[in-house]
Amino acid sequence: MNTITASPNPGRTVERQILGRAVTQWSVTKAEWIKLRSVRVNVLGIASAAVGLVVLGVLFAAVGNTDQGPRGTVADSVSLVFGGITLSQLIIGVLAALFVGSEYASGLIRTTFGAVPHRTRVLRAKAIVFAGATWLAMTIGAFAAFFAGSAVYGGDLPSHSIDDPGVLRAVLFAGVYGGCVALIGIAVGFLLRSTAAAIGVLIGLLMLAPVLVGLLPGTIGDTLTKILPSQAGDAMMSVSSPDSLLSPWLGFAVLVAWVVGLLASAGVALRCRDA
Amino acid sequence: MIEVTSLTKRYGETVAVDDLSFTVRPGIVTGFLGPNGAGKSTTMRVILGLDNPSEGRATVNGRPLAEHAAPLTELGGLLEAKAVHPQRSARDHLRALAATTGIPDRRVDEVLDIVGLDEVANRAAGSFSLGMGQRLGIASALLGDPGTIMLDEPVNGLDPEGILWIRNLLKELAAEGRTVFVSSHLMSEMALTAEHFIIIGRGRLIVDVPAAELAAMGPERQVLIRTPHGDRLRQVLAADGVQVTGDGERPDVFYVVGLESDVIGRRLLDGGVELHELTPQQESLEGIFMGLTQDAVQYHSHGAHPSTTTRQAA
Repeated sequence: MNTITASPNPGRTVERQILGRAVTQWSVTKAEWIKLRSVRVNVLGIASAAVGLVVLGVLFAAVGNTDQGPRGTVADSVSLVFGGITLSQLIIGVLAALFVGSEYASGLIRTTFGAVPHRTRVLRAKAIVFAGATWLAMTIGAFAAFFAGSAVYGGDLPSHSIDDPGVLRAVLFAGVYGGCVALIGIAVGFLLRSTAAAIGVLIGLLMLAPVLVGLLPGTIGDTLTKILPSQAGDAMMSVSSPDSLLSPWLGFAVLVAWVVGLLASAGVALRCRDA
Repeated sequence: MIEVTSLTKRYGETVAVDDLSFTVRPGIVTGFLGPNGAGKSTTMRVILGLDNPSEGRATVNGRPLAEHAAPLTELGGLLEAKAVHPQRSARDHLRALAATTGIPDRRVDEVLDIVGLDEVANRAAGSFSLGMGQRLGIASALLGDPGTIMLDEPVNGLDPEGILWIRNLLKELAAEGRTVFVSSHLMSEMALTAEHFIIIGRGRLIVDVPAAELAAMGPERQVLIRTPHGDRLRQVLAADGVQVTGDGERPDVFYVVGLESDVIGRRLLDGGVELHELTPQQESLEGIFMGLTQDAVQYHSHGAHPSTTTRQAA
C-alpha cells in the first residue's frame, strides 16, 4: 500500500516515503529473475546443460554406428545426437533443486514469504524463470546438437534431415523436455524443502527408476517404464517411435501430467504447511 | 502497531505459544524477552504470516500481514542473520527482495548506506561476518520503509560497536514514530534500549509493563551497611518489620530490609554507631528478569540455578 499509515497513537504519525506497490505475480517473477541471474552457478549450469547436449551429441554421432546407443533405444541418428540429454537432465534437475533448496537452507525463503504471503506466487515465479531459461538454452542446444551431430554422423542407422517428418518436432521437444525437467526439479524442491533430498529423488526418478521398473516381470514393467518422465522424454525426441516407447505426443501428454501433478502438489503443500 | 490476541501455537503435542495476548505500540522500543524456548521466535513467525496460528490471531496495523497488499511496506522483519545465498551480492539480494514490492533500486542503495554496507555491497554475502550478515538483515527489514520493525535477536554476533549502533538505530526508528519490536533472551542487551517489556516463559505472558514499572517489581529494597559494631547496629535498628542480616563472608557487612536509607542514617547517628558505608542496593533489571522467568526456564543447567540474589553491587 502506498498510503502513509497513521498510527493509532494520537499525535504520532510515521513520516514515511511512498515506496513500493502491491505485490503481483509479475513483480515476484521479476524478483526471481534477479535471483536467477545474480548467482553464477545458475547461469553457467544452465549453459553447461545445453553445451553438454551438443558436445555429447557430436561425440555419440562421431563414434556411434550401431543400435547400442547410450539409452539402448537408439533407432536413428536423431536419437543418437540427443544422447547427451541424460547428462543435461541431471544438471538441470540438480540446479532446479538448488534454486529452491538453497533458499530453505539459508532461511531466505522465510524472508521471501514474509514479503510475498501468497506463496504459490513464489512457486510460479521460480518455475517460470528457471524453466523458461532452461527451455530457451536447451532449445538452442538441441538445434546445435542436431545440426552438428548430423554433420559428423557416418554410421548405418537411418539418417534424417530437419525437413523429414517428425524431425523438427523431435528437436523442439528436446528443448521442451529440458524445461519440463526444470519444472519437476522446482516442484520436488518445494515439496522436500531440502537440496540433498530433492537431488536424491530426482536422480531416482530420472535415472534409477527406468532401470528398476524395467526389472518388473511381464508387461507391467514395460508399461510402467513407458510412463516414467525420462522415457516419456525419449518418446518425445524419437523420430522412429519404437514399440518400447509411447508415441511422441502421448509421451508429451504423460510428461505434462507429471509436471502438473508435481507442481500442484507443491502448491498445496506451500499453502498448508508452515514455512 | 502489532496486536497479538489469544494466540496459541501447537506443533504436534508441543505447545510453543499458549493463549498469548499483547499489543506493541508505536513510538517506543518494546523488548520481547524470555528464556530460550519460551516461544519468542514462534510468536514472531506467526506475526510474519509464516506459521498459521492454532488459535487466536496476530495483526499488523489492524490486519494479518498476509492480507496487506505490500507487506514489506507494513512490517520489516528479521528472523535470522545471514538468510542470504552465499554467492549472491548484498546489493543483488536486496534488489531481488525490493523487486517483489516494486521498491526502486535507489532505496536499496539508501538502506545499504544506513547499515554501513555500501562499500561491500557488491561482495558475495557468503564472505560476510555474522555481524555484517545482521546488518544486511536489518537493511532488508528497512527496505519498504515500514511503520513497524520486528527483529529477532538482532544483537547476536555483533561486536560492541555494532551493539551500540543497533541500540541507537532502534531508538531513532522509534523516535520517528515507528513500532519497534525486538526479541532477546538477555535482559542486559535490552535494559538500555527498551522502554517497554513483554516477558514470556513457556509460551505464556509473564509481564507486559513499562521499564519503570519493571524496575519496581524487584524484591524489597535492601540497604548495605558496613560497621565494626554489629551488635549496636541491631539494637539501634530493632523494630517491627525490620530485618538485619549479616553478610556471612565479611564480618563488618550487614543488610537491612524494612527501612529507607535516610531513616537508617538518622537512627545510627542518634545511636552513636560508627559507620563506614551505607548504600541502598538496587536490584538490576537482569536480576528481576531472572526472578520472573526462573520457573519458566526450560533447560536448567545442572547445579547452577540462575541466582536471584539481591546482594550484587549496583
